[in-house]
Order: sequence, then C-alpha cells, then structure tokens
Amino acid sequence: MKHNSPFSIFNFQFWAFVKKEFFHIWRDKRTMFILLGMPVVQIVIFGFALTNEVKNSQIAVLDNAKDIASASFIAELDASRYFEIEKNLYSYNEIEAEFKKGKIKLAVVIPQHFGEDLQHFNKAQVQLVADASDPNTANQLTNYATAVIMDYQKRITNDRKLPYTIHTEIRNLYNPQLKGAYNFVPGVMAMVLLLVCTMMTAITIVKEKEMGTMEIMLVSPMKPQMVVIAKAIPYLVLSAVNISSILLLSRFVLEVPINGSLLLLVFESILFTLVSLSLGLLISSGAESQQTAMFISLIGMFLPTIMLSGFMFPIENMPLPLRVISNIVPAKWYYAIVKSVMIKGIGLHAIWKETLILTGMMLFFLTLAIKKFKIRLA
Amino acid sequence: MSAVVVENIIKTYGKKKEVTALNNISFEVKPGELYGIIGPDGAGKTSLFRILTTLLLADSGKATVDGFDVVKDYKEIRKRVGYMPGKFSLYPDLSVEENLNFFATIFNTTVHGNYDLIKDIYQQIEPFKNRRAGKLSGGMKQKLALSCALIHRPSVLFLDEPTTGVDAVSRKEFWEMLKRLKEQGITILVSTPYMDEAGLCDKVALIQTGKILSINTPHGIVDDFKKPLWAVKSANMLHLLNQLKEKEEVEDIYPFGEYHHLILKSQLSKESLEQWIRNSTTENVQLQMVRPDIEDCFISLMKNY
Repeated sequence: MKHNSPFSIFNFQFWAFVKKEFFHIWRDKRTMFILLGMPVVQIVIFGFALTNEVKNSQIAVLDNAKDIASASFIAELDASRYFEIEKNLYSYNEIEAEFKKGKIKLAVVIPQHFGEDLQHFNKAQVQLVADASDPNTANQLTNYATAVIMDYQKRITNDRKLPYTIHTEIRNLYNPQLKGAYNFVPGVMAMVLLLVCTMMTAITIVKEKEMGTMEIMLVSPMKPQMVVIAKAIPYLVLSAVNISSILLLSRFVLEVPINGSLLLLVFESILFTLVSLSLGLLISSGAESQQTAMFISLIGMFLPTIMLSGFMFPIENMPLPLRVISNIVPAKWYYAIVKSVMIKGIGLHAIWKETLILTGMMLFFLTLAIKKFKIRLA
Repeated sequence: MSAVVVENIIKTYGKKKEVTALNNISFEVKPGELYGIIGPDGAGKTSLFRILTTLLLADSGKATVDGFDVVKDYKEIRKRVGYMPGKFSLYPDLSVEENLNFFATIFNTTVHGNYDLIKDIYQQIEPFKNRRAGKLSGGMKQKLALSCALIHRPSVLFLDEPTTGVDAVSRKEFWEMLKRLKEQGITILVSTPYMDEAGLCDKVALIQTGKILSINTPHGIVDDFKKPLWAVKSANMLHLLNQLKEKEEVEDIYPFGEYHHLILKSQLSKESLEQWIRNSTTENVQLQMVRPDIEDCFISLMKNY
C-alpha cells in the first residue's frame, strides 16, 4: 500500500509539483525579495533603531554649587556613555521648560554648598528629575544616574574607610552588557518563520483554489494530500535560508553569541518551521480567499506571537487567563528554546519538554490539516 | 457500455436546499460521441460537469463515467478523464511548455508519449512555447488548456464552456479540433451557451434551470419543430413586436436577428397571413417563411415546459 500513502513522496509527480512551486516563488520577484529581505530588515531595525537600551541620553544640569566637587561630579556624568550634557541650567524654573521642549530626558540638580556639605557633613544630596511620561526610560535613566553617583562616591571615599557599608554587586548572567539583541533575536526568528511559513503556505494554497487550478489538480491522479505537502517544501527551504541569515547577522553584526549547540538550534528551528507550515496548511483548508487566509494568519497567528510569546512582554506579569492562553502559542515554546540554546547555551536535557510540546503541536496540526483537506470542491 | 450514464441526479445548494441546480437529470453518452449540453447561464451545466468529474457530490441519483461510479470510484475516474473548467485554469506564471510538461508529469505521462494526440492543437501554439501562459491571447489559452487536458489521453473529455469569450474564428477552429479528437475515439462532453454550436454535436441535451428539455440529434430537435415559422420585418421593429404580441392568434413572437420570428396558433397560407398582418398592424411588413434552427426549438421548448 506504499503507493497509496500520502507520504509516498519519491515519485515524479511530487517533485514536478515542488519544481513548479519554486518557479512560482522565483518568478514573483517582489514577494521573494520581501520574504528573504524581511528577516534582514527586521534584525537591522530591531538591532539599531527599535532599541530600548539607553545610550547617550541628553540631560540638563543645574549646578547651584559651582565648586570643585560639583564640577568633577558633572564631568563624571558627562564621561559616562549613558549621558550627554545637553544644557547647563541656571534656575530651577528652567527645568520644566526644558522638559517641555522634549529634548532632555533627565535633569540633575546639585544643591548649593555641595562640596562643603560633602567635606563637613560627609553627606550631600543630588536631585534627579526624570521625564516619567515614558516610565521605563525614566526608570532606567535614574538607575544609571544613581550608579554614576555611587561610582563617584566610591572614588572620593576611596582612602577613607566608612563603617557599615553594603555594596550590591550585580552580575548580569548570560548577557552582561544587558543587550536588547539577546532578547529580540529569538523573537525575530519566531516571527519571521511564522510569517513565511504560516502565512505564505496558507496564501499559496488558497491561491490555487481561487485561480481554479486546484479544480484541475483534484481531477488528476495526484493525491490531494501530496499537493498540500509539495506546496510546503519550498517554504521549508526558504525558511532554512532565513534561519541562516538571521543567525549570521545576529552573530556577526549584533555580536550575539551562539552559546549552545548550533545543530540543536537548527533542529529546533526546523521543528518550529514544521509547526508553522502545518498551521498554514490548516488555515488554507478552511479559507476560501487569499484575503481570509491572510487575515487569519495575521490576527490569529502573528499578533499572539508578538503579544504572548514573551518576546515583547514578559508572560510572568500577565493575568492568569492570558498566561493560560500563551501556552497554546507555539512561538512561546520556540522562543524559550532559542533563548535557552542560543543565549544560555544549555542542551536538549533542559528543553526536552518544550521540544515535546512543539512536536505534539506539529503532529496535531498536520493530522487535522490533512483530515480537513477537501478532496472535492464543496 | 456507455461512456457516461446519469440517472436522476438532483443537486441543490444552500443550507435549506433553496437553490436547485439540477432537477432530476438523466441521460446517457455513447463511447466516441461528441455530446453537447446546451443551455443558458445558470442552467446547471457547470454543476453537472463537476458532479461527473467527481468534484461535487449530488444530493441524490447515480452517475458513472467509463463504468466507474462518481462517488465510490472517484480515484479511478480522476485518473482517466480530462477536464477543462470554464475559467482559464493554468498557471499564468509558467510558460506554455512548462504548463504542458507539468500536467503531463502529474498524470504520470510525458509530452513525448502522447504528442500525436495533441500535435494538431499544440503546433499552433508551439511558436510561443516560451511565453508565459498568462500572456497568451484568449484563443491560444484555450488551445493550451485543451492540450493540457488531453495530454494523458483521457477516455472521456469534459469541456465546460470552452468557447465562451473566444472570438468567432477561434471558436470555429476549436470545434474542428473537437471533431478530429472524436475520430481518435475520445468521448467528449461539451457544454455551451451558444445555440449555433449545437449543430456541430452528434447529440445535444437542451438544459434549462436544472431540467433537460430535450435530448436528440441536432436534426431531430429541428424536425420536432412542427409549426410553420415566419420571419417578419418592418421599419419600426419594436412597434411591430408590441402590436403583434397583443393579438390572440399569435402563439409566440420574439426578436431574432434582423427579423422577428412569429408562430401562429392556427395554420395560415401566406396570403391569408399577409392579410391578417395588414389588419393587425399599421406597419409595412415584409414576410417570409423560414426553417427553424436550434434556437427556435429551444425557445419553443422553454415556453412550453
């Protein structure tokens, strides 16, 4: 019965179909360019433009002391790579006016007698005024500024031993520089694979229905399931190209190391690609027009991937219902896997659960897609 | 054994089966016959073809193609029939040659193997074999689609409105090709809304709103038209039509080319008819007796049904 199995793929019909599918992709240069260019553009955009890291933030300084101590403190601030002093202010009232102009994100106020206070009372105050209309940035900036102040304090108290001081020593494991790339590279991989595989397979199968070529395909000895699987093959290849370009870019341009096994990472990516392809096939069996297929893929797949995979927003902070729903988003598991393998460098023993879940999802979606595939028109 | 047998096929659409596409259809096609299904748009032609090519399931009734049941043995039928849907359904971004090769391969054959069958047709488009199918003219698309439907030497060929939207010359050529294919022993079922094409078939079934009005040879259908048919013409055709429509003696009158075709309830000689017309209308009327064609028969069958 080997001949009747939908998976008997080693025949001419099947490969003729795959070849034809490659022609479709190759001859639609615009779409091909988008599919292959998208991961590159996304990596570049996320890597250089859409970063939430704080670098060279412009700040204003109101120095009421104007003594040696305040001057060296300001120099220290300016020297840090986080800050750039945009303006020196002369009165407290100017601060708000500056914030309203929108150029500065933080104002540092040094009180009168800053140096004297330090010397005589061993104690001085510095006020940090932050623009909290963007709370995350405000929070980060005040943290960085505090760190700079601590450094400064450490330096001037170097020769003197203070009684009872607690030093917090922070070590950021796996990502010592707190680079955003460590977070978004796995996210972009999930997003690109899902977009290429799910949306494109769904659209191309529905396109055959719309064009009427599916009608001819059905009235042929070609097994309907084979039509579907043959359509998925070129997208598997495209995804392999995309995975490589993302990994190369992130390794050599964004300098995100691949700490774990590359083989394991590729294997897991192919597994996720297969999950996405099966999802695309499933969508295509239900949708009747290319628009419907695109909407289902975008709303049903793409948005949950961005929202609920943990890539944009941490899942731990979500209310319980969303946390439960996030479990059925395949990208969540893939995202966790890529982070573990790529960033933390751990092996299969730590991610076997996620791998198993993805495998289960793939089998479930694929079975459903083949079962639901219509062997007739209605 | 008949090539196609259709018995009491009923097909409805809609949740409450409110639209009846095929209403108890039965007919039979002999091997090697060129069989025409003639009817206007919405008559149910495409539904019928889709049921016979196993693409749709009928609500009730039975049909076989080449001896195989369209429901139970759909896989067998899909291997041996050729189907050309009404809409141009080849890959527009593949070239003529690539389309043909592709269809040959998925039917487990090669272009070379059955080249003699499509030679006459394919030779006409061969100069354009590297052109993308989407860039072909309507007539050439048709030829390519026919070549693709024939490439596996089907035993029964289903052509759903193959000449709709094709110019008059290409239509004529197309029918000549069908005649040659018939000589090769292929049974052909062809549907068309054009009455003038009915005469080119061996046998025709006239179909209207899901019902078969008549099955006969083209000659037989015309011979069944018993009443004398008159062609009338005047300077103001619309006025003439409206005036004669009112008359009690008129069974039917309808515009037909540059004439109106007129059928009377009673037999009249030409002289008495002329007299009657002069009494009935203010128009100056030309009058002659004509031989009915398929369209007249169809109109009369439709009215009497």
